[in-house]
Amino acid sequence: MVRMTGSQILLECLRREGIDTIFGYPGGVVLPLYDTLPEFPELRHILVRHEQGAAHMADGYARASGRIGVCLGTSGPGATNLVTGICTAWMDSTPMLVLTGNVSRTLLGKDGFQEADITGITHSITKHNYLVMKAEDIALAVREAVHIATTGRPGPVHIDIPKDVFQESAEFEWPEQINLRGYKPNTEGHPGMIRRAAELIDQAKKPIIISGHGVIWGDAHNELVELAEKAQIPVITTFLGIGGFPESHTLSYGWLGMHGMFYANRAADNADLVIGVGMRFDDRAMGRFSGFNPGVKIIHIDIDPAEIGKNFPTTVPIVGDAKNVLPRLAAQVHPQSRTEWIKWIDNERELHPSLHIRETRRLLPQYVMRSIYEETEGNATIVTGVGQHQMFAGQHYFYERPRQLISSGGLGTMGFELPGAIGAQVATPDAEVWAICGDGSFQMTLHELAVLVDERLPVKMAIFNNGYLGMVRQWQELFYDRNFVSVAVTQPDFVKLADAYGIRALRVNTKAEVHDAIRIAREYDGPILIDFQVDQEENVWPMVPAGASLSETIEAPEAELAR
Amino acid sequence: MSTTTTSGSRSRQNHTVHTVVAIVEDKPGVLMRVSSLFRRRGFNIESLTVGPTEERGLSRMTIVVDGESAPVEQVEKQLYKLIDVVKVSDLSQEDVVARELALIKVRCNNVNRHELLDIANVFRADIVDMATNSIILQVVGDEDKVDGLIKMCEPYGIRELSRTGRMAMVRGAKSTNVHDKEPEQIAKIHASQGRRVAGELPFSSD
Ligand SMILES: Cc1ncc(C[n+]2csc(CCOP(=O)(O)OP(=O)(O)O)c2C)c(N)n1
Repeated sequence: MVRMTGSQILLECLRREGIDTIFGYPGGVVLPLYDTLPEFPELRHILVRHEQGAAHMADGYARASGRIGVCLGTSGPGATNLVTGICTAWMDSTPMLVLTGNVSRTLLGKDGFQEADITGITHSITKHNYLVMKAEDIALAVREAVHIATTGRPGPVHIDIPKDVFQESAEFEWPEQINLRGYKPNTEGHPGMIRRAAELIDQAKKPIIISGHGVIWGDAHNELVELAEKAQIPVITTFLGIGGFPESHTLSYGWLGMHGMFYANRAADNADLVIGVGMRFDDRAMGRFSGFNPGVKIIHIDIDPAEIGKNFPTTVPIVGDAKNVLPRLAAQVHPQSRTEWIKWIDNERELHPSLHIRETRRLLPQYVMRSIYEETEGNATIVTGVGQHQMFAGQHYFYERPRQLISSGGLGTMGFELPGAIGAQVATPDAEVWAICGDGSFQMTLHELAVLVDERLPVKMAIFNNGYLGMVRQWQELFYDRNFVSVAVTQPDFVKLADAYGIRALRVNTKAEVHDAIRIAREYDGPILIDFQVDQEENVWPMVPAGASLSETIEAPEAELAR
Repeated sequence: MSTTTTSGSRSRQNHTVHTVVAIVEDKPGVLMRVSSLFRRRGFNIESLTVGPTEERGLSRMTIVVDGESAPVEQVEKQLYKLIDVVKVSDLSQEDVVARELALIKVRCNNVNRHELLDIANVFRADIVDMATNSIILQVVGDEDKVDGLIKMCEPYGIRELSRTGRMAMVRGAKSTNVHDKEPEQIAKIHASQGRRVAGELPFSSD
């Protein structure tokens, strides 16, 4: 055993856990930790410009790679700045380790300078959290935290460490074993339930798989294809599940929900059996619960028992890891053709193509998104903000692999796109990462542009600049009688702004310039921003109005198509 | 003393309450995690008692929840999501002994003290303190009994009242501690309702 300081123990543990990157921001109480950082050259520290960015970067890093993301902030305001990012990760089940410093032990609870009860604040938005009061307890806390964050249903885990614990010395011992009596996730799936599920699938005339984020976190995409193909079950995904099933597959029918494809919503609403895999029957996906497909049978496969039966009564619940459950289910179902059902959905798709981009001279955001798809040949990693552009990114890019679309679905956090893309680019340096930005959303975290320069990250940024908080404007137009209040945003000149940061930028005003601009961005080997001056009043269709059921999905009205 | 038999799920004042026992790791913050979970999910707590168990490092919480506000299955599952919660038992369908202790400080004087002593006697309450103008009664029993005594004391003037809330234990050899294997049929119910079944704890393997 060796004697080490708390700081050394923490960093040594991170190193042993295979962590290579920390997104962080310094401050008084974490100075002992920063002082020690140079002793650990394997740990790359990326200095952000706001702690929210650190959390989103760690989140983007994890979503792009599947590995745990790590962020760090100082006490008080540093820690509270992390909160939005922690909650974003929590809602979308991102494995993340959040580190904060706190005031020294003797000052805890005394409301001293920059003290915040941050573990009190984060306990409901983390899978677990720790306030470590002794240097000798750090190692076990880190091991447990990483284990909890990355197993079962993943999620953020937070460790808060008082300043003097970083400075205190203790014997360092790497805990070979951890024993968490209250944490033993069930990954196997109950054999009896799997058998019953197979029977239900065999009997079903109109089954549909709804595949969620869990298929991506669980790396179960190949297993999903196997089941779908063998039993010929059409697959739709949730918004976060996009990429969990290749969208070019003949059994792929897009994604469902508030702005999902008309035919996906119709299929979910007319199925006689819904097989939910790694998803949680969220209201944005399912519409009004009481109005959803009466009489449908539901098989629900999820690693989190608490999700099962939470929103809908489940016919056959299976608690387990999709990666384990799907192959066993596939082994037991019988091959079928289901041509009639598939023809029915195909017909719906022909009647309501949903993703058709109309001919017009206007610069439509849909057209920009589709052009990015064409130019990148469907290979880019797309990271979005929140708003209309997010939905267009889901609709008009087609995704073939998991981790290709990265977006804040559960919390819907504006400002996620730039830091999220930075995290994704750090995790996957060879990937072509596009940040799809809203003009409003981008302004929430644009200061992270500096990180692109510092770290020489070739992220491509496409701002969908409609001069509005577009999604809110759409709601005001449709549900508040066009009473537009506080949605027209004044923006900086984004091209000049990028320039001020030393980042190359282009402005695109017309349709004719779109493809060229994208090509220039792709050929350029550094970060680049394109300010697309898109049509101001375009709406996202189809749409399930808030509080309506999937059967009430509305297609774009004729009048809008004529614009 | 008469032993009353209660089921963990019973109607009180026209609404259903459930009794849930959680065995938790005795760590800082665990009470906050549990109580905050109930607040967050909108589950109304009627009472919550905590104390040590037969095993060091583990505490036992008896939580009585309002059944209207909380589907008991969700309560259980959400509790299990807390890392510090080792085992949860829903005693709603069980044959349990449920007890509560109350201390009641009642106004009295030389004239009416005897009446109060008689009342205490009927309820098998102990007199644990006596002063010239007040006495403290200590009563142990199920809620109905405690309610009954309180009602009888009210006309005299209750100066102070402290109730522990319900503690409950399953009758017979069966127990809610973490060493006993879950009986097979309960494990099955858990499995069928999407509850966790694998691993040594808290349930025996299926
Ligand atoms: C942090 C945060 N604040 C507010 C909202 C509510 N909100 C959702 S979409 C939206 C408008 C987004 O506007 P913009 O980024 O310009 O994108 P657009 O919809 O125009 O594509 C707002 C304000 C949110 N999701 N997140």
